Amino acid sequence: MNRSIEILIELVAVLIVMGLGIAILGWGRDTGYVLQGWLIAGVAGWGAMWLINRLNAPTPKIPLQYKDEVTKWAVLACFGWGVLGFTFGGLLAWQLAIPALNGDMAWSNFGRIRPIHTTAVIFGFGGNALLATSYYVVQRTSRARLASETLPWLVLIGYNLFVLLSVTGYPLGITQSKEYAEPEWYADLILLITWVGYLWLYLATLARRAEPHIYVANWYYLGFIVVIAMLHTVNNLAVPVSFAYAKSYPLFPGVQDAMAQWWYGHNAVGFLLTAGFLGMMYYFLPKAAGRPIYSYRMSILGFWGITFLYLWAGSHHLHYTALPDWVQYLGMTMSIILLVPSWGTVFNGLLTLNGAWDKVRTDPAIRFIMVAILFYGLTTFEGSFLAIRPVNTLSHYTDWTVGHVHAGALGWVAFITFGVMYKLVPWLWQREGTYSLRLEAWHFWLALTGAVIYVGAMWNSGITQSLMWQTYDASGAFTYSFMESVDAMRPYYTARAIGGLLYLLGALVGAFNIYMTINGPRRSARPAEAGPLMQPAE
Amino acid sequence: MNQARLERNGIAFACMILFVASLGGIFEIAPLFTIENTVEKAPGMRPYTPLELAGRDIYVREGCYACHSQMIRTLRSDVERYGHFSLAAESMYDHPHQWGSKRTGPDLARIGGKYSDAWHVAHLKSPRALVQGSVMPGYGFLAENRLDTQSLAPALTALSRAGVPYSDAQIAHAEQDAVYQADPDALNEDELIERYGDNVQVRDFDGNPGRVTEMDALVAYLQMLGTLVELEALNPEEIAR
Repeated sequence: MNRSIEILIELVAVLIVMGLGIAILGWGRDTGYVLQGWLIAGVAGWGAMWLINRLNAPTPKIPLQYKDEVTKWAVLACFGWGVLGFTFGGLLAWQLAIPALNGDMAWSNFGRIRPIHTTAVIFGFGGNALLATSYYVVQRTSRARLASETLPWLVLIGYNLFVLLSVTGYPLGITQSKEYAEPEWYADLILLITWVGYLWLYLATLARRAEPHIYVANWYYLGFIVVIAMLHTVNNLAVPVSFAYAKSYPLFPGVQDAMAQWWYGHNAVGFLLTAGFLGMMYYFLPKAAGRPIYSYRMSILGFWGITFLYLWAGSHHLHYTALPDWVQYLGMTMSIILLVPSWGTVFNGLLTLNGAWDKVRTDPAIRFIMVAILFYGLTTFEGSFLAIRPVNTLSHYTDWTVGHVHAGALGWVAFITFGVMYKLVPWLWQREGTYSLRLEAWHFWLALTGAVIYVGAMWNSGITQSLMWQTYDASGAFTYSFMESVDAMRPYYTARAIGGLLYLLGALVGAFNIYMTINGPRRSARPAEAGPLMQPAE
Repeated sequence: MNQARLERNGIAFACMILFVASLGGIFEIAPLFTIENTVEKAPGMRPYTPLELAGRDIYVREGCYACHSQMIRTLRSDVERYGHFSLAAESMYDHPHQWGSKRTGPDLARIGGKYSDAWHVAHLKSPRALVQGSVMPGYGFLAENRLDTQSLAPALTALSRAGVPYSDAQIAHAEQDAVYQADPDALNEDELIERYGDNVQVRDFDGNPGRVTEMDALVAYLQMLGTLVELEALNPEEIAR
């Protein structure tokens, strides 16, 4: 596309966002909400100035290199949000173990803090990891530079603005209460605009590829982008009260809203935390291990299986509720079948290591990725198991679900991210390797110990809790009051908090290692790397 | 279209993903709007009064759903602990639903009427003073905050746009009705009953008759939860699933 037309379209989008910010700061009634308006208007205004400057400047010569500067910032954002999100997770865990830590103030209570944790880790840490690696991978596997000089920056900034608006809104009470979709309408609009840009950028870069085929990793990144766009739009349909308030009311009522919400919630897991990270696995595992992907057929089966089946599985979050039974049974069935493509992908990953298993011992980054795949296998098995209705009577509403989610989040998502970052950062910043392999190993063992303690504690507390709720004495009366089940949780809550603390310590060691790697000396001689191919002018 | 051709065309690939991924939602969500018995007929259901709605908005704002469900499943252990299983109709005016996903604390779908107003106020202010070992945070600040009634008329308008059958009179009197419902002398009870039916509870909820606080609203909401539908009058065939 013509460069100035492209910048003009971007400018219009940025000005729309700026208009939104100005409307909020002008009409808004609550201080916090007005401050959010100022933040939106400020960031968008700065973006508009930046674009206008670009428009006036003479057309710069675009170097024949991969565009990696923006990827570096996404990596830094990923670590920043990660440490913040883990810290808040730790705080929440301690609040349950020692309730006085709530402080009993509006902004510091558990209910308002919890979405800060979930948003910072899912969208801040996970989302930026996906932005960084997708930018990196699509260029290498297409042998083409990103299709725009400005759009990758706008996507990164727009996305992080969305995360920032979300986590600063929650302590002020700005939430629509739909789990993992808590941000209000104006933040949702900003994400939607950003996401359209992201999809455009990805497709345009793929269109410039010098390779005939689109590599598997890109299927998954594309799946992540397309499906999140669909989920985000449908689940966040809402009627705002007016520009004066942050508040909106979701369009769907009760049972339909619940189904839409868990269709969204389950597939935010399926396409952000699974598909996107499988894309990561499909590029970085073979690269790091120096082995080709075990089976191309298996990757096709895995990809389309996951893309089709995941979207049917959301109703297993609503077993025995007022949702019609036929939807519950359908969701359960599809959840069980989902194990096939999930485990197919697990074996495709693990068998890729054939011939390179020695590296699991010597290279902590590969060890991170290998263990991540094991956790992925464990979690997908557990997920299908918990979706079975009778099993669900035991697990639902208990800490078992929390343990399941964290087996996936701590064990799969974060482990593969750390493993990949230990490879990606030296490659991006052109360093010999990471600052310290010993620290990498320390990080690995701290994280693994923390995750196992966490998940073990939650399995125990979940099953204990549920059994106590369902125990009857000989006369048919409940043996335990609800409070007795709360009392029984105390040791597990403390153990969980300690596991989380170990995990956070590991992440801090990791962040320090990454920081020292970036600050360290450059690689002496740059090895020959395949660059983007020359292309005829458009 | 076969995979070998598909993976040579980015746009076709993206369209195929969208098609394959949309099937689940089309077959599971869309029918919920059209199949008639998804939401059963339940006598007594009505939209929230402005004060209850304000309380519900506070419930959402404080993130109560993170630890409390409002969904009694059809399991024996749920029904015996919390009451009649929840009906789809009971959340037909809920934008958003508050079914929840976790019971760190007990289910609240039928909490209405189980405890006194004074108990709720004292418990919200200092949970461990009433329930030894509770891990709930304290919400004393709600009793200090005057309720913002100005936003209620626009809120009812927004909800009516989303399909809740609020009448023009209900919207026009929203601000006033919130104050009427928390009036200790219940002087205007008749007007409220005329607009919302006779299952509206009118009184001072927070033990502070002088002003309408956020505590009034939240307790009014908690006290109506699960009390609207006349469960004895239900047709068992209608609710059988």
